Formats: sequence, structure tokens, C-alpha cells
Amino acid sequence: MSTSTNENDCVVKPVSLNKSQLCLAVLAVLITAFAGLVFGPADLGMKEVIQELFNKLPLIDFDSGLSSRQQAILFEIRLPRVVLGLLVGSMLATAGGAYQGVFRNPLADPYLLGVAAGAGFGATLAIVSGIGDGLGFLDPVPLAAFAGALIAVALTYTVGSGRGRLDQVTSLVLAGVAVASFFTAVQTFIQQRESETIRQVYFFVLGQLRTAGWDEVTLLAPYTLICITVIFLTRRRLDALAVGDEEAGSLGLDVRRLRLITVIAASLGTAASVAVSGLIGFVGIIVPHTIRLIFGSSYRVIIPLTIFFGGAFLVVADLVARLILQPAEIPIGVVTAFLGAPFFVVVLRTAWKNS
Amino acid sequence: MKLKSNLLLVLGTLAFVSLSCSSGSSTGQVPISGGSSSIETAERIISLSPTATEILFALEAGNQVVAVDDQSNFPGTAPMTSMSGYTPNIESIAEYQPDLVVASYDPGDLVAGLKALEVATLLQPAASSMEDTYAQINELGVLTGRQSEASELIESIKSDLNEIASKKVGEGLTYYHEIDNTFYSPTSKTFLGKLYSLLGLSNIADPAIEGGFGWPQLSAEFIIDADPDLIFLGDANWGESAETVAARPGWGSMTAVEKRQVIPVDTDTSGRWGPRVVDFLKSVRSAIEKISG
Repeated sequence: MSTSTNENDCVVKPVSLNKSQLCLAVLAVLITAFAGLVFGPADLGMKEVIQELFNKLPLIDFDSGLSSRQQAILFEIRLPRVVLGLLVGSMLATAGGAYQGVFRNPLADPYLLGVAAGAGFGATLAIVSGIGDGLGFLDPVPLAAFAGALIAVALTYTVGSGRGRLDQVTSLVLAGVAVASFFTAVQTFIQQRESETIRQVYFFVLGQLRTAGWDEVTLLAPYTLICITVIFLTRRRLDALAVGDEEAGSLGLDVRRLRLITVIAASLGTAASVAVSGLIGFVGIIVPHTIRLIFGSSYRVIIPLTIFFGGAFLVVADLVARLILQPAEIPIGVVTAFLGAPFFVVVLRTAWKNS
Repeated sequence: MKLKSNLLLVLGTLAFVSLSCSSGSSTGQVPISGGSSSIETAERIISLSPTATEILFALEAGNQVVAVDDQSNFPGTAPMTSMSGYTPNIESIAEYQPDLVVASYDPGDLVAGLKALEVATLLQPAASSMEDTYAQINELGVLTGRQSEASELIESIKSDLNEIASKKVGEGLTYYHEIDNTFYSPTSKTFLGKLYSLLGLSNIADPAIEGGFGWPQLSAEFIIDADPDLIFLGDANWGESAETVAARPGWGSMTAVEKRQVIPVDTDTSGRWGPRVVDFLKSVRSAIEKISG
């Protein structure tokens, strides 16, 4: 592990995660998840929710006094929604962190390589063609979004990874811009022709957890777990990569391979998240950067903490989305941007003063 | 199809709120824009509003209508074209050489563009009450030279609605009307909500908006918690049904689902504010009567 600087990052110190940071992160997840279960438009009561949760444990039997409808709200609406928030938030934030590392670009986000545009295109196609009325697991909209996202990333990677005058990072990012513009244009064209479905497309674009159920959770969980694990395992090598492609190569790191693996894991996970929750912006930028600014710029700290705080952040955002205009809801993408952007500015300013 | 009419409904009503409601006195003062300021009788009408199309045909002025938009699917004899009332194209409108264009919504340059071509335009935004509907019928009656038909039509709608309102078949029942599967719902102060109120029904969406007017997007848990007796599916034409509703997470525990009181309603009659509101209410009434046996 070498210590060096590059133009964007600060000095990469070989910091590793300490126990108190990890405890803080786990605590953030537990607290936000609990809040996500207790608060909502329907008043279930904190005591009743706790009793119901304990009821799920073996050998414990409370009479919480919740009706079967209220239990359905807790276990079929709020709980899957919290779990989905944790999965999606974790995935998007971790993917963002991984992209920032692998491209050494602070503006890299999970949608960098055209995932969003590809997913939007796939979803729009499914919605417009009217095959999007299936139920849960077999709903073609997320499947089409997933396929679209993967096609877009594959295209970006194919176009952008040739050996030429540009270095690999630049050419991938530029290819991503081109692919994203192309898919966005096609999507807009289809959307204009089929204006009846414009609202459905609009909701997909803004992102939502509101129709989440266990089907979405089971659909997403395997992708999230595998992709996050892969990214987690690359964290040391991401630190090495921070010094630059050539330097990292001279340290014995297979840079192209690392980049390919990380990009596949981050894109696959993002595509799966986008497929079930639509495009939720800013999580992938704000969470890893906030952690970087507060806890240091080693990926051995950033990646594990991002996994937890990303989930916690999205659960909070979802809570705000369902409470602020209750019983009406606002799209979660609006909340992540609205809360996230000012918060991020504060963190940025503070870090700036401190340095 | 349905979504567009709802979108128009929402946009149109918002526009309407900002307009004065006093338009259309029966003396022939119709607030048209552009064209020669005094149309005697419009003979080449283009309707970009499905509701206006229905009214024009109900006034037996159908042969004065040269073209209608792509959503004007009633009556079947209306000269439907591919013109859009949502994104109208001035040039394709002008090609029909209309002497009057009726629209429910101006996306920004419709009225101005037609004015430049000296074509008269009548904006009839989504009604917020039956009074607005009557005023619009009157306006179209004046412009088509069918004032007596207009008065008759209004009287007949009024008496039908009075008859429907005389028995409050929905008294004591609560309902949730679903515009689409993202749970947008009209409160009882909207046009549609007022129609349901005629049946004596109470609306679960009312607390969702301060002042009670509008189409809030409800959350699933709020709807489940409110546990309405009846669920009306305004999105039935769009693939939603009692089965899809029962399959939604948590919805199976609701009274309306358990008692099979999830009722698909026609998107067109529930989304428009013309003469067929009577058909809509009659269908809702008979659905409720069937349930309460």
C-alpha cells in the first residue's frame, strides 16, 4: 500500500475501519429502520409495533391490539418498504463509491455508464407497449428496465474500452455520455408518441418505493448481496488504484480486470435497483462523499460505511416522502435531492474549513 | 386513453379555477377568442375536447362538426382524427378550415396560434361543478344555433340527477376512487367527488388535502387504514381489476376486497363532465344496489 497523491483526491492514508465507526453505522441502520416501521400515515403506535415485532420471535406471544389490517400495513407495506429502502440505498451508494474509485472521478455516480437511460428506455418501452400490467414478480416493467440497463452498460463498455489515444477512464466516461444521450433521445421519442402513459414514465423516472412489497425484495436481494460483496472485496485494490492506472499497474494490479469486475458488479446491482425502484438520484454521489469527508478517503473505510449509511439514508428519505404531505406521497427522488443536496453542501463547507 | 383524459381533467380544472365562473350567460355572450368577433352559427367545428364532442352531438349539432380529436370516442359517429387535444398542432387544425375550435385545455399557444389564423377558439376547461357543465352546454348551444336543444338537454340532465339524488343509495358508505395505480384520487370537492356525493357516499381522500379540493396521491397504507367500503377503479380500462387490487401487498385485508366491493367504472364517463355523467352515476348506483342486495 503506497501513499501518494493525485489531482483530485487527498492523500490516501492506509486507514482501516475501526469498531466505533462500524457500530455507529449499524446503529444508524437500526434506528432509521425502526423509525421507518413506526411512522407513517396510519397511526399504529410505537408500543404496538414493538410488540408485533417481538411477536414474530418464537415462543413470544403478545396481544398488541393491532387489527389484521394494521398488521398488514406493518408487515406487508412498511417492512418490505424499509427492507427495500435499505437494499436500494446500500446498492446505489456503494455502486457510486465504487465508480468514483474505479474512475477516479468525484462526479461518478451509479448512472454514469448509461444505466439510468437504458433502464428508462426499457421501462418506457414496456409501459408504452402495455405489457406492464402484470403482477409483482412477473411484472415486465422491472424486467425490461433491467435488460435496458444492462444493454446500455454493455454498449458503453464495448464502445469505450478500446485501446486508443484516450485513457480508459476518459473514454469510458465519454462513451457513457454518448450512450445515455442516445437512449434518452429514443425514450423521449417513444414517450412523446404515447402521451397517455407519460405519468407512469414520469413516476419511474423520479423513483419510488411506494408500491414495494416482498416480491420486489426477493427480486432484488440476491443481486444486491452479490454485487455489494464483490465491491466490498475490491476495496483494498480501489485504494491502490487511487494513485493512477500506471502506478497501480506497476504495483502488480491488473487495472483493466479490476475495472471490469467493479463496473460489472456496480452496474448489475444498480440495474436491479433501478428496475424495482426507478431512478433515485443523488444517493450514489452524496453518501460516499459525505463518508469520505467525515471518515477519510480510504476505500477500506468508505465502502463498508457506505453500505450501511446508504441504506439508512434512503430509509430516512422514504420516511420523509411518505410523511411530509401525508397521506399523500412525494417521489423519493425529490426527497433525496432536496434533503441530500443542502446536507452535502454543509458537509463540503465544513470539510473545507477544517482542512 | 384514460390517463390523458385525467391529465386534461386536472390541468383543465386548474385553469378553470383561475378563470371566472360567470362565463356564458344565456344571451349569446360566449367568450370566444379570435376570429370575427361575432360568429352567427358555427358550421365547421373542430372539437379537441371529448366532453365538448359529446355535448355537440347531444345537441344534435353533429353535422356541424368536421373533425374531433383522437380521444373523442363518443359517439361512434363523431369524425375522429389523429389530432391531439393534448399536444395540438395548429397547422393540422387549420387544414380543416374550421370556423370554431373547441378545446378543454390550451397547452400555451393554441389560442394565440389560432387567433393569428383568425380562427375562433372556445376554451371549455374541465368543469368543477354541474353548473359549469350547464354553462358549457349553453355556450355550445348558442354557437351552434341550438339554444332550445341546449335548454332541453340541461333540463333533462337536471331531472335525472335529481332523481338519482333523491335516493341516497350510498348513505353511510365510504369510498376510494382510484384514478390510476399510483393511487391518485379525487376529493369530494372535485367534479367527480361531487357526483359521488349525490349518492350519499363519503370520500376517504378528503383529509389528504387542506381545503379538500384536488387529486392527492394517497399512500397505500393510508388507503388500507381508511378501509373504505367501496373501491371504484377508474383505471379499470387500464388493466386494474378486483383481482389486481386483491394481489397488492396488504390490500387483501381490506373490507372492500374481502366483501368483493371493488367496482370497475368506465374511464370515459367518469373522466368527462358532459351529459353522460348521468350514465356514470346510474352505473355506480346499480353496482351499489347490487351489493347492498
